[in-house]
Order: sequence, then structure tokens, then C-alpha cells
Amino acid sequence: MRLRAGRLRAETRREGVLVLLIVLVLVGFSLIIQNYLSARLFNRVSASVTILAILAIGQTLVVLTRNIDLSVGSVVGFTAYFVGQQLSLANDIHPLVAVAMCIGLGAALGACNGAIVAWCRVPAIIVTLGTLALFRTVLVEYSDAQTILTVNLPQWLVDLPRLNVVSFGRLHLRVVVVVMLGVAVLFQLLLKYSSFGRRLYAIGSNPDAAHHAGFPTRGLVFTAFTLCGALAGLAGFLFLARFGNITVVAGLGLELKSVAAVVVGGVNIFGGAGSALGAVLGAILIDLLENSLIRSLQVSEFLRDALLGLLILVSVAVDSLIMKRRRGS
Amino acid sequence: MSGVRPAGVAAAIGARFKTWEGFLAGLLLGIVAANALTSPSFLTMGNQINLFALSIEKVIVVLIMAFIILNGEIDLSVASMMGLSACALGWLIQQGIPMPAALAVCLLLGIAGGAFNGFWITVVRLPSLVVTLAMLIGFRGLARVLVEDRSIKEFPAWFEALGQQPLLGPFPLSMLIFFGLLVVAVVVLRYSGFGRQVQVIGINQDVARYSGINVARVKMLLFTVSGLLSALAGILFAARLGTVRGDMGLGFELDIITIVLLGGVSIFGGAGSIYGVLLSILIVLYLRNGMSLSNITGHLQAGVIGILLILSAMIPNVRSFLARVAGIRPQVPDGQS
Repeated sequence: MRLRAGRLRAETRREGVLVLLIVLVLVGFSLIIQNYLSARLFNRVSASVTILAILAIGQTLVVLTRNIDLSVGSVVGFTAYFVGQQLSLANDIHPLVAVAMCIGLGAALGACNGAIVAWCRVPAIIVTLGTLALFRTVLVEYSDAQTILTVNLPQWLVDLPRLNVVSFGRLHLRVVVVVMLGVAVLFQLLLKYSSFGRRLYAIGSNPDAAHHAGFPTRGLVFTAFTLCGALAGLAGFLFLARFGNITVVAGLGLELKSVAAVVVGGVNIFGGAGSALGAVLGAILIDLLENSLIRSLQVSEFLRDALLGLLILVSVAVDSLIMKRRRGS
Repeated sequence: MSGVRPAGVAAAIGARFKTWEGFLAGLLLGIVAANALTSPSFLTMGNQINLFALSIEKVIVVLIMAFIILNGEIDLSVASMMGLSACALGWLIQQGIPMPAALAVCLLLGIAGGAFNGFWITVVRLPSLVVTLAMLIGFRGLARVLVEDRSIKEFPAWFEALGQQPLLGPFPLSMLIFFGLLVVAVVVLRYSGFGRQVQVIGINQDVARYSGINVARVKMLLFTVSGLLSALAGILFAARLGTVRGDMGLGFELDIITIVLLGGVSIFGGAGSIYGVLLSILIVLYLRNGMSLSNITGHLQAGVIGILLILSAMIPNVRSFLARVAGIRPQVPDGQS
């Protein structure tokens, strides 16, 4: 019991460190860039982080079980393209049907990954490396090198990214941000309090023990992958709404970025520890840095990625040092 | 073994086929036969050299990646290091640095980058997946800092000739380097104490440490060599194309890892052989070449290789499942299950 309480405290502390880092970044850049702390910054970062944050939550479910999903970038591209095409052909599809199509398609692709990992017992990194290429191939063949154009999309979808729930002066709380927050809260609670969530931690901490304890480990791993795919499908929908013009390379590279967000967010890459909230904070930190570095005149836009890589290393190293000291004491 | 009866030879061949390398060899024969039948130009020397030359940079890095995965680690930063070294070369030439000095600087850059990875993995003890994922982004960023969104093509003519024309007989320099490294890889892995240490660490790192193996030193060396060979591959890539850009080699790491895993090297370390990797290199190159000759596009090729990767990892499991059902002792290469 004491152990359990200790770990929860560690997770909370880790999330606290992340919030502190985010504040430090904000303060640091506000000293460098004029008019940095503005409503525009909040509007921009909060809207752009939604896709990465939702992907990171899905990735967390999978990483918690000591697996990894490298195919999410292709799932995003696939769902964004496929549903974008349907909406271009039939503008009168109901918005909720469009969202359901995205989530369903993503879940189906995630279920393919999950089934092969859980029942054919192939390491997740191999399976998802394969489906990363495979899903993209199917998309390229299917698309016949056509591009989805914003002009053909229904108006409600084009307006969606700018749609607000409430506004305080020039500070806008976008609908997409509320969706992201809703997903984050849902999965944070699911992971913390539901037996499904706790079992994901158990599998990641010790797969054999979880199996011997009678958990349906294969079913749980399968479900984690399916949910990850479903969330990637939702991210695909947001991708479509945000960018409008979708080519066959849409979402390329998002898989590694989602893993980076999860790792910065304090989710143990070997499973068993981490939280949805941490993953969201990791995504926010990465996105905030990217957005800020673009605007900083002292830093060329090309230096952005180099700094980002270094930041990921440092944040993980700090995290590991904190955890080591905690274990030592 | 001399003087074996024909039945014994057949049984030996049969047993050989049940190993992973045997399976790959069978697959390779099938692909060669199919290619030779569908396209008469497949077996010509020119086509063979060409198909190797087109992927030679990846294939060089595959050799060191096999060691790293055998060791139970992974290096995702190799393709970014290839891009960084190529871009650094272009940038140095543009600054008026003489070619030999620029080449030396690029190789040193590879060593430094690899050692940087190794430092975080062995001293700070972070997972290699995390460290090299960060450097995948970081090295690529540095490459973009150097060339921004331009392309640089002011290389001396001899450098481009070295990358594009045969050096010895029909072979270009890059292929000779690959053959040399292949021999070194086989000797080190099969016949040296270091190769044994790499594998023992991959099987069980703690046991290796308690038996007195300097685990940190082995890993440090592997990642440094990985950086060096990636930088070398980047230089050869620049020589072959005659131009460098910031996105050179983008995404190559996944191709490289696919070849190693298809070669039967266990992602958990410890199990696998360099022969399996060599067969896997030939399978992937021939498959891609055969598909190109039959006018199948690059994206479809990637999909076929993706399916092959998944199937290759599934087959041993299915076979052991069937064997279990039939009550026979499963014959699965270690670590494939």
C-alpha cells in the first residue's frame, strides 16, 4: 500500500516538474520575444497541440503495456485522406458520422496491429514498423496521387478549427481544444481508477506476473492498440480539419513525435509507469517550444529541431535522475 | 563431414532449411528465380551492380545496426547522421575547406555524434530508443542548420566520379567498402572475443556484467562505430548523388532496421547471425529490383517489404504452434518466438 502511494506521488511530482518546465519556457521566451505572452500565443499553441496530444494519449496506452505503436503517423494520414475524400464527394455527410468514420477506421487499423501483436506474438516494434509502411502504401495506391482540396470540403469542417466554445476578449477556447481536454480527462480517469487501466500498468510492470495472475493479457494488449488506433483516427479528423489540403504524405513523422511527447511526459518506455496527463503535458511542452523557437529571431528556424532533440534528452535525463534518487532514498 | 550417405545429406539439407537462414535462403532462391524468369536483364552484371549501388549506403549501416540490435539496443539516429555528415561536407566545401580535410572532419563528426549517443546510454543510462530518437531529431536539425533549404553541389569532379564510376573492375568504391566491412563483421562476430561479448550482453546484460564484461565499454564502442559508419555512408551518398540537401536519407532508419530484423536478429538482442542479415539484404534488394523491373512503384515496394517483415516474424510462431499441436519439439531459432 505504501509502495502504491509512493508511486502515485512520484507521478504527481513528475507532472509538477513538467508544468514548472512549461512555465520556465514561457518566462524565458517572454524575456527574449516582445509581446510573447499574448492571447495569440495561447490560441495558436492550444489549437496546434491538439493533434499531438491526442496521439500521445493513445501512444501512452500502448507504451504502458511495454509495447510501442510506430504506425500512428500512417493511421493519421490514412483516416484524414479517406474521410476527406468521402466528405469531398458527399458534402452533406453529418459531422458526427464523419467523426465516427475517422474513429472507426483508426480503430480498425489499430486492431490489425493489436491482433498481430497479441495473438501472433510478434514484437510490437516489428509489427508497427511493418504497418507503418503498409498503411502508407495502401493509402498511396488508393489515392492514385490525388490531393484532397480545402475548397471541396464542407464549410462546417473548414470553419471547425476557428470555432470557439467561449471567448474572453481575444482569448479563444476552441472546440478542438475542449475535445482534446475531454479525451485527456477521460483517459486520465480510465487509467487511474478503472480496472482496465490498472491492468495495463500491471502488464507493463511484469507481463509474466500479469499473465499468471489471470489477467487476459492478450485481450488487454489488443484493446490498448485498438484504442490507440481510434485516437489516431480522431487525430486524423483534427488533421483534416486543420490543414484541409491532404496529400498522401499527410502525418508523416508523427509516430516519432508522439513517442517523443510520451517520453518527455514521463511515461516509462519499458512500460508500467506514466499517465495520460503527463503525455499531454509532454506534447504541450514540445509544441510550445516549437512554436516559440519559430518566433524567436535569435534562433534560426533550422536550429529548432536540433534544440528539440537536445531538450528531449535533457528532460528524460532529469526525470531518470529524479527517479533514481527517489529509489535510492 | 565427408562420406555421408545421400539420405544423410538430404536430411542435413532438410535440417538446414528449418533454421532461419535456411528459410531465408529458400526465399532468396525463389525471388531470384522469379526475377530471372520475368525479366531477362535481371541476372546481367550491370543490373546486379546497379541494384547494389542504389542502396549501398543503407546496406553499410545495416552491418553495424545488426551488432547494435544483437547487443539488445537500437540506434534510430543513423539516417539523420548520414544526412548531417553529407550536409557538413557540402557546407565545409562551400567554406573553401580542402576536400581531404572536409572528409576527415565529417568522419570525426560521426565519431563525436556516436560517442554522444553512447554517453547518454552508458553513463546517464537512458534507454537507447529514447536517446537515439532524440538525436534522430537533433542531428537532422543540425543538418538543416548547415544547408537550410538550399542544395549544395560544388563538389570536385574526382569526388563525384568516386561515387558514380567503377573503381576496381566493375565495382564502385562504396561496394568495395561494403565487402571489406562485411568480412570484418563476420570475423568480429564469429571469431573474436568482442563479438562474443556483444552477444552475451544481448542475451543477459546483468549476467554479462557479473562475469566481468565491461558492458559500458562495449556499448560505447558500438554506438561510436555506428556514428562513424553512418557518417561514412552519408559521404558516399553525397558522392553518388553529387549534391546534398537537408532531407537526405530521411526515413532510412526504418528500412535499415527492417533488413536487420528480417535477417532473423531478435529485437530483444542476443540471437541472430550475420549470414541471416546478408541473406536479408539480398532478399530486400532483389525484391525491390525485381519490382522496379516490373514497373511496381516505390511505395508499393515499401508495403511488400512491410508485409514480409511481419510475416517473417510470424512464421516461426505459427510453426512452433503447429509443432506443439502435432506434439513435436519445436525447431525455432532462439529469440524468434
